[in-house]
Amino acid sequence: MTVQKTDVVIVGGGLMGSAAAFFLRRRGQSVILLERDQIGQYASGVNFGNVRRQGRFLGQLALANRSWALWKRLPELIDDDLEFIPSGHMRVCYREDEIAELEAYAAAPEAAQLDLRIYRGAELLQRFGFLGPDVKGGSYAPHDGHANPRLAAPAFARAATRLGARIEERTEVADVQKVGGDFHVTTTDGRQFQSAQLLITAGAWGQKLSAQFGEPVPLDTHGPQMAVTEPVPYALPTVIGVYTKIPEEVIYFRQIPRGNIVIGGGYRSKPDMLNRRAYVEPRSILNQVSQMRRLLPGVGNLNIIRVWSGIEGYLPDSLPVMGPSGTVDGLFYAFGFCGHGFQLGPGVGDVMAELLSTGSTSTPIAPFSITRFALPA
Amino acid sequence: MATARVVIVGAGPAGVRCAETLLAAGIKPILIDENRRDGGQIYRRQPEGFTRDYATLYGREAAKAQDLHQSFDRLREAIDYRPDTLVWNLTPGQLCCVSQGRHRTVDYDALILCTGATDRLMPIEGWHLAGTYSLGGAQIALKNQAVSIGHRVVFMGSGPLLYLVASQYVKAGAEVAAVLDTSPLSLRLKALPKLLARPGVLFTGIKLLAQLYRAKVAVHLGIKPLQVLGDASQGVMGVRFTTGSGRTATVQADAVALGYHLRPETQLGDLAGCAMAFDQASSQWWLATDDAGRTSVKGVYAAGDGAKIRGADAAEHAGRLVALALLEDLQQPVSSALRDGHQQALAVMDQFRLGLAQAFPWPSEQAKALPDSAIVCRCEMISAGELRRTVNEKGACEVNRAKAFSRVGMGRCQGRYCAHAGAEVIAAAAGVQVQEVGRQRGQAPVKPLSMLIEEVAP
Ligand SMILES: Cc1cc2nc3c(=O)[nH]c(=O)nc-3n(C[C@H](O)[C@H](O)[C@H](O)COP(=O)(O)OP(=O)(O)OC[C@H]3O[C@@H](n4cnc5c(N)ncnc54)[C@H](O)[C@@H]3O)c2cc1C
Ligand SMILES: Cc1cc2nc3c(=O)[nH]c(=O)nc-3n(C[C@H](O)[C@H](O)[C@H](O)COP(=O)(O)OP(=O)(O)OC[C@H]3O[C@@H](n4cnc5c(N)ncnc54)[C@H](O)[C@@H]3O)c2cc1C
Repeated sequence: MTVQKTDVVIVGGGLMGSAAAFFLRRRGQSVILLERDQIGQYASGVNFGNVRRQGRFLGQLALANRSWALWKRLPELIDDDLEFIPSGHMRVCYREDEIAELEAYAAAPEAAQLDLRIYRGAELLQRFGFLGPDVKGGSYAPHDGHANPRLAAPAFARAATRLGARIEERTEVADVQKVGGDFHVTTTDGRQFQSAQLLITAGAWGQKLSAQFGEPVPLDTHGPQMAVTEPVPYALPTVIGVYTKIPEEVIYFRQIPRGNIVIGGGYRSKPDMLNRRAYVEPRSILNQVSQMRRLLPGVGNLNIIRVWSGIEGYLPDSLPVMGPSGTVDGLFYAFGFCGHGFQLGPGVGDVMAELLSTGSTSTPIAPFSITRFALPA
Repeated sequence: MATARVVIVGAGPAGVRCAETLLAAGIKPILIDENRRDGGQIYRRQPEGFTRDYATLYGREAAKAQDLHQSFDRLREAIDYRPDTLVWNLTPGQLCCVSQGRHRTVDYDALILCTGATDRLMPIEGWHLAGTYSLGGAQIALKNQAVSIGHRVVFMGSGPLLYLVASQYVKAGAEVAAVLDTSPLSLRLKALPKLLARPGVLFTGIKLLAQLYRAKVAVHLGIKPLQVLGDASQGVMGVRFTTGSGRTATVQADAVALGYHLRPETQLGDLAGCAMAFDQASSQWWLATDDAGRTSVKGVYAAGDGAKIRGADAAEHAGRLVALALLEDLQQPVSSALRDGHQQALAVMDQFRLGLAQAFPWPSEQAKALPDSAIVCRCEMISAGELRRTVNEKGACEVNRAKAFSRVGMGRCQGRYCAHAGAEVIAAAAGVQVQEVGRQRGQAPVKPLSMLIEEVAP
């Protein structure tokens, strides 16, 4: 059996792994990306498609801004159109006291680049009069938007391939270890790969690999619930989401130029990790339907034509695991993006490529270090 | 388990016979159907208050229709019948139902899917023009509303329904411009031995054809459809095709009815996680069941055209047989003579089914020949060229992958009308057999779900 050697092996071909492969090739590293099923088949290919910065943990906005700049350059960067539309994102609330929280967020120095603007009263009515009367205010992010998740990871993977990356689909990594100065990666069908550096971008399965290096993390899995209506004339370019602390009230939607309204939010399901499927719970669709009628009363006349879910990895503090290993040299992680990794994808790929090839990154990622979960020695 | 909660979905011949058999054994099933009335597809009952007689409505099948309806009328009060109720989704042990805007769940221990079939379509250039219908749609227009789909109608495709609906139009006094069948005479002759399994049905078919000839309807065999002619403002203006002898010909018409036999409604079984099997004869996926209708999932059964396209008579047998299978599984005594009788009858009908599949084959080669400009997915208006590009440029050689990239099959029909043809286009572009590109996974809702629904207690 021949062992395939390369500078970097990437485990997991979601958006994170695919974008990292692309940016590593741009920095001249040789790359082999191993994906258990098909590129972008899991969370990266089925998510809601929100390319939203506002509302994120403030310490993540530098990364989100870096990613946003890449989203803006995308067709030229990867020679593919991911249907990214920076059409604006509106974060609304149902209670007066929540407006103050939106204001505080908008005023934070970290959020400066977002150009957030608070709407309430007459201004709100004038611009967002189509929203339900329960909506009391909102924070508008003019540069955020949305894109087509089904296209994203495969497009990055194709671009990486064009630059010389090797991508192996239907290749599941079973065992990873460091022997001497090199990582030895063995697949379930017995193939072997060796590399100087190893990047784990295995999404909701990342902790299985980090645990092999003695770095377990308390990752949990959930399936956010999505639905889409039949097409109606394109009239709602702004992505709209509800800011609330009541889980049932969480609802967000976007209309695509084709006319369909994509809806997400509310209860999440528990994925079936054995068969690797996340199902839709009927009660979450019923909840979405009633929450949507509250948020966008005109929507009642439409029909839902399809519902779906996907498997996402969550950490207790709602922050990803991203950065170098705390124990093994040359080992890096980027997984567990807690339901908001789609927007970050290009930025994560770029930052990880920078980190692997230069040893550091200009974008602060310390809050995401895996060492925050290290057991006391 | 005498108190097993048994739910039957579908009140056509399969579902009604199943309910009847269960009730006779002391089980009171819940029978759900999205139609307002019982009868299913072929024996669809006219709305309450309408009084057209059986002979007018069902022709040769009048006696069978009346028998089924009378059986149902006897059952109706004894079972829990829920008409006008769509099962739009399910989870293990529970159905999600919507009726007149109200949402209810229904728990089950055993589920029997008698969901019937729908038209099977192959795209053709121009089929998105107004005035193009499926054969079933054309028949329903006639049966339900007593209206023709046009002044001058072309029937094109293949299969028994092609002749049946054309002759029903002739009988109703509509002008039938032509019947264009893609299958050549030679295949019909080859299939004769199998078709002779049901000489009576075969004879009925021949009589239909004779009727068409007598009415001087042009019938062309072995044709290749080229294009539905017309434009966006006027809709359908005719059909262009290649005749059996290779000539290009045109028929003028203001409506076209298209269809290539039927495809089973398998969404609910698929959502329940039932294994599917590829049927070589008809070149399509359906639920994998044993002879009696047990699927791979314990407690989930299927019968009638929703399991295997064998027609209405077979659906009655299969409905009774699947009830017996469930009774056996519930440890109830079952007459083996009865069971064997149904099984033997079904074996004969299966032979006939194979004959039909051979005589009127699904035209997979048409998908290869489809011009790039032809629309494959009418809901999303995706062309054959766009679909091929996802295969050639993006490497999507699997149906669900190609759907994700191109949106073929993502529209409101959930792939009912385009998934089969889409799979053929993908397979042809990828240079593999159609079964190798997989099948479109079922996704809820089974049919579009109104956002006005209100939840009510079960
Ligand atoms: C329904 C849903 C809606 C969402 N909505 C949004 C949104 O609107 N905006 C937003 O920003 N984010 C959203 N997210 C989150 C976002 O989709 C994810 O955070 C992001 O896609 C994660 O990308 P990833 O590459 O880390 O993970 P994934 O896409 O899950 O990729 C991980 C890959 O690793 C592979 N893998 C795992 N183990 C192995 C192994 N042992 N060997 C080989 N390969 C392996 C898997 O097969 C998988 O393809 C949503 C998520 C879901 C599920
Ligand atoms: C359009 C069309 C026209 C046909 N015309 C003829 C003909 O003229 N002559 C002939 O011999 N055969 C004809 N057939 C075939 C014939 O209809 C079938 O062989 C026969 O009806 C099969 O009986 P069944 O009980 O299996 O299904 P069906 O009679 O089709 O009954 C299925 C029932 O299930 C219900 N159902 C399905 N899904 C759901 C759901 N999710 N929720 C609630 N209810 C549901 C439907 O409303 C329907 O009433 C036709 C078929 C079609 C599709």
